Amino acid sequence: MSRPSNEGFFWLLFSAGGVVAAVLIPIHLFLFGIAFPMGWLSQPSYEKLLMLAQSPLAKLYLFVLCSLPLFHWAHRFRFTLYDGLQVKHLNEVIFAFCYGGALLGTVLGAYVLFKL
Amino acid sequence: MTQDAHSYTEYHPRWYRERVSTYWWMGSWRYLKFILRELSSVAVAWSVGMTLCLLRALLLGPEAYARFAHRMQSPGLIVLNLIAFCFVLLHTITWFNLAPRAMPVRIGGRRIPEFLMAAPNYVLWLVTSAAIGWFILRKP
Repeated sequence: MSRPSNEGFFWLLFSAGGVVAAVLIPIHLFLFGIAFPMGWLSQPSYEKLLMLAQSPLAKLYLFVLCSLPLFHWAHRFRFTLYDGLQVKHLNEVIFAFCYGGALLGTVLGAYVLFKL
Repeated sequence: MTQDAHSYTEYHPRWYRERVSTYWWMGSWRYLKFILRELSSVAVAWSVGMTLCLLRALLLGPEAYARFAHRMQSPGLIVLNLIAFCFVLLHTITWFNLAPRAMPVRIGGRRIPEFLMAAPNYVLWLVTSAAIGWFILRKP
């Protein structure tokens, strides 16, 4: 008997996260990681960003932004370690590390957004 | 049981296989590109980490936010972010170009050229990025 596999579910998270990461992450990383620190654009004030982040729609947006791409990472990184480094004997450890990390990030994001 | 004949088990018997080097992906540009694309996911996770730090700073207050902004200015982090940005762009481009291959659309028996299939992705990307940038940058 072959047991039912969860791969489909994880693959769905992977591809949804891939879309979110492809469309939304470049602009966020560019602004907060490069443009503001380099002084190309002026850093928005605390009050303004807080107000932006506090609207319910923005919270939903930020939750999706912080959660799905982590599951995308978990899937890809897992198979990079499996195949790239050929460490198949560590399957369970890698799986726990990747999805545990994604889950932790999701929970942290949800917590911060809830308290905000 | 014929079903079992082709079902996959994790502990299948050891077949003879030639040992592949750990560095198999360094042998050709195609393989290297594949590994770089897969590693772009690390940059994706890195960006999420940065966003989580930003949100945490917003939660903690103005001083924490100022500290976050100051820390982001350190040269090491800027270099890391520049590298991460290149990888994130690699992810975006490879992801968009994959879509037409994953689901080829045919009209009148003819396959729509790949660049026409990928084009809407890029339009969506640019419009969305502009909208997010506008929200973050606009003056109150």
